[in-house]
Parts: sequence; structure tokens; C-alpha cells
Amino acid sequence: MNSAIRARFKLDYSGFSLDVDVELPGRGVTALFGPSGSGKTTLLRCIAGLERAPDGFLQVKGTVWQDDAKRIFLPTYQRPLGYVFQEASLFPHLDVRRNLEYGMKRVPASERRVSLEQAIELLGIGALLAQKPDTLSGGERQRVGIARALSVSPKILLMDEPLAALDLARKQEILPFLERLHDELEIPILYVSHAPDEVARLANHIVVMDGGRALANGPLSETLARLDLPIRLGEDAGVVIDANVGARDEAWHLLRADFAGGSLWVRDTGGAIGEPVRVRILARDVSLALVRPDHTSILNQLPGNIVALADDAHPSLALVRIQVGDTPLLARVTKLSAETLGLAPGKSVWVQVKSVALMR
Amino acid sequence: MNFDNPDLAAVWLTVKLAALTTSILIVIGTPIAWWLAHTRSWWKGPAGALVALPIVLPPTVLGFYLLVAMGPDGPVGHFTRFLGLGLLPFTFWGLVVASVFYSLPFVVQPIQNAFEAVNERHAEAAATLRASPLDTFFTIVLPLAKPGYLTATVMGFAHTVGEFGVVLMIGGNIPDKTRVVSVQIYDQVEAMEYGRAHGLAAGMVIFSFLVLLGLYTLNPTGRRK
Repeated sequence: MNSAIRARFKLDYSGFSLDVDVELPGRGVTALFGPSGSGKTTLLRCIAGLERAPDGFLQVKGTVWQDDAKRIFLPTYQRPLGYVFQEASLFPHLDVRRNLEYGMKRVPASERRVSLEQAIELLGIGALLAQKPDTLSGGERQRVGIARALSVSPKILLMDEPLAALDLARKQEILPFLERLHDELEIPILYVSHAPDEVARLANHIVVMDGGRALANGPLSETLARLDLPIRLGEDAGVVIDANVGARDEAWHLLRADFAGGSLWVRDTGGAIGEPVRVRILARDVSLALVRPDHTSILNQLPGNIVALADDAHPSLALVRIQVGDTPLLARVTKLSAETLGLAPGKSVWVQVKSVALMR
Repeated sequence: MNFDNPDLAAVWLTVKLAALTTSILIVIGTPIAWWLAHTRSWWKGPAGALVALPIVLPPTVLGFYLLVAMGPDGPVGHFTRFLGLGLLPFTFWGLVVASVFYSLPFVVQPIQNAFEAVNERHAEAAATLRASPLDTFFTIVLPLAKPGYLTATVMGFAHTVGEFGVVLMIGGNIPDKTRVVSVQIYDQVEAMEYGRAHGLAAGMVIFSFLVLLGLYTLNPTGRRK
């Protein structure tokens, strides 16, 4: 792992404590995921310097931002970061353009890597420049907030539940912009969220927080396939797989998504050949067979090996982790079936995937 | 209305006193209001009460203590004489000092309220956009607190124009130096010159009404979103 960010914070408020020591990658989207009160926002604020943990250490891309052992604490305004608040927090007395220029004016010209035009184009806010924040919709405000955070050419972008205050339609409006951000700019993003869909769609790496501690920290698909930790993105266990469009079946309106270890047929939603896609497979949609099933309606069948079994939430159920090539999958089966089929680590099985959700 | 010279002199002196006092108060009231709005210190309560004291104290009490403090045996008197400024009572500058104390709460409190109403997130957002705390204060906090400053300016000015008791205690009644409009009216009434008193008094009523009208029109409450 390219661990460009090292953060160690200890904080004690009455009724809440934060105690983390994590290494995070210097690229892609890292989700800080957990329920309300799990400390994910506090961790983000500590990284921004908005909150000060009395005994902390923080290094970002080779620069120490905080080291209390050496009495180093860079105030927020000296940290090359961008921050997106849950409420956009635009300056109400400035129009959109001057909101965007506020940060840019304060960055030396030699350090500017994101131009105003680029930020405006990326977030699609060109038509809003002359407006005051209180005339914007919630979704527009948040897009301006993101563009404003980019305007300082940050070395790292911190986003605190940027979609939480928006309704579903507005979320759908912004998610594509967030994906472009990640695809077009080489800026690592720390993304705080308690929404499984956002994490499944955007993240490459995940830190699972609970009770002020980091329960898990690793690449998204690997971490989601862990059996030793009850990490559920939403109600159900499942994995996320990054794949590329390998072929298109025009006649049946299907796309073949190739990933490390196999391929899956999914509904054709219009991606070009070679384009990256992300699919999500829930454990409940995966069944196992000892021989290759014939005469079945299920399109996607993959050969794999069982890695481990674990108890699921209900005593009748078990979660099975199967390795398909380099990619782990999770299946939920009844313990009765597991016993009848003699499922055990090392056993070869056929994995049947009933449903695949295309995330992007 | 036909102003004779002493009346005009009194009006001019009053305006000068109120403008000077308000300017001084805006400058020294800002840090006091900032501290009161943001401190979590135990001293916030006592300091706030001290600032508000002139609202409830009889002006004669305030004037009496200021007179003693600025007099030849008072600590302020020693200090001003040490600086070679002489004594402040019965001078224009003595009035300015007294007015600053007297009108302090009317300037500090609106500014403090405005500071407290500024969303902390905006200051944090400015910090993430590379603005230093001082930069943030001048480019974000001050513009957002503008309604509070307008109220403070109008209230400080109007309240200084309306003072009487403190002026009499500190400044007495010296033409062109300490004889402000309120004292002039008092003199005229004492001398049974009701006609002239009416002129100045009506002027004060109109002035006060216009000031408050302007304040309520320009600065309606609940404008912040």
C-alpha cells in the first residue's frame, strides 16, 4: 500500500473518545465509514486541524502537519488541503465567483495546479457564477462548495458527508461529478460517509470506524470480503469488484465485465469497450454448487475455491468466502446446505451469481 | 427655527462629542465584543456585567466616580498629569472619556451579538481556504457582522447625544467646551426661556426619531438566513 498519510490521534471528550492510528493511501478515494458518533468526522477535523488532538501525529505526503512530541502543529490555514463541509458553508455575502476566488487568491501562483475554469467546468457551475449562495439549490450549493475546495489546488481533499444533507435526486446529480473528480484529478480524497451506496460507488479504500476506533483499514473489495469483521455496507454483506468492459452482446443487450479472475455478464448500460466499471455482488445473491450447473437460468457461473466459512447474523446461515482468481466473493448459504455439500476451506465450487449491480 | 449662536455651538459640540466617542468605541469595543463572544473563561460573566453596568447605574453615580478618578487625587488624574495633559474634568476630553464609559454597552452588545451570530463554519471554511485568523476576521466576520456594527454606531452616537447626568458631573456647563445640547436645554428651562428650549428640544426629538427610523428600516431583524 502506498501509505502517503499517517494519522495518529487520541482525543477524550466527555462521552466520546477517539483513538486511531491509521495509514492511508495517497491516491484514490478513501472512505471513512461508520455510524453516527463513530468518530469519522472528528478524525477528518483532526486531519484538517480544525480540531486539535492534544497528543497527535499527522504526516501527509512527506510533510509533518502535526507532531506534538516535537511541538509541531500547523494551523489549518497553512495546510494545503481542501475541505467540503456537510452544509456547503458558502460565504453568504459573496457571489459564487468570489466564493471560488476567495481561496484561489490566497494560494501563490506557482502552487496553483487547478485553474478556476477547470474547477467550474468540472462541477458544471458556469451558469451560477453571478448568483448569491442563498439563491442556489442544495445540490448547486454543494457543487460550488466542492469547486471552492478544489480552487486552492489541495494536496488532499477532505469531504465530510458532502451528500448527507441532500435528497436522493440531488445525490444522483452530484455523484457523477465526484467520480469525475477522482478520475481527472490526481488528488487523494478522504470521504466521510455513513451511506453504503456512496462508499460502494466511490471508494477504493475503506476505513471502518466505530466507537472512536478504526475497526478495519484496507482496499475496499478485500475489506468487504473479510469474514472476521461484521462489515456490512447496508443491510447485506457483499463485495465490490472493479472490472473493465470486455465485450458487448448487441443482440441480448448485455455487457461482459472482465475482472481479475473471470468475467460477468451485466445489463448493457452503454459503457464503451475498455471502460472501467464497478459491480457490486451481495452475498445473498450468490449460491454455490459442487458441479457446474446445467439447465439453469443463472447466466453467471464462475469456478472458485472456498477460503473460509463464518457464522452469519442468523444461526441458520453461514457466510462463505470464495476466491475466484484474484478476486474474493461472499456467498450466503444455509448451514444445512453447507453441511450437506460438505463445504470447507480448500474445496472447489461453482459460484452462481444471480444478480449483479452495476455501480458505475 | 432661529438658532442663535450659543445654541449652534452646543449642537456642534454635541455632534463632535458623539462622533468622537462613537469612533473610539467602535475601535475599543470590537476586541471587547470579540472576547465576550468567544471566551469560555470564568471571567466572561463578570466582564459582561461590568460592561453593562452603565445601562442600570444612575448617570450621576458613574459621573461621580469618574470625577473622583480623574480628579487631582484620583489614579487617572495622577496619570494624565504625569503625561503632562493636566486634569480631565471640566474639559472636552474629560467628556469624551466619560462618554466612552457611559455608552460602552450600547456599542459592545450589538457587536457581540453580531459576532455570536456569525456561523463558526464560515470561519472554519475560510481557514481551509488559506485565510489566517486576522484575514478571516476582516474578510468574513466583519462583513457578516455589518448589521451589528450599524446598530452599534447608531446606538452609540444617539446615546451619547442624549447623555445629561454624566456631562453635568464631569464637564459642568462651559460654553464651547462642555455645554452640549442637553445641558443647554436645561439652562434655558432654568432661565424660563421656554421658547428657545422648545427649538432645541424639538430638534432632539426629530433627530432621535429619524435615527431610530433609519436603524429599523436599514437593519430589519431576521434578515440573516
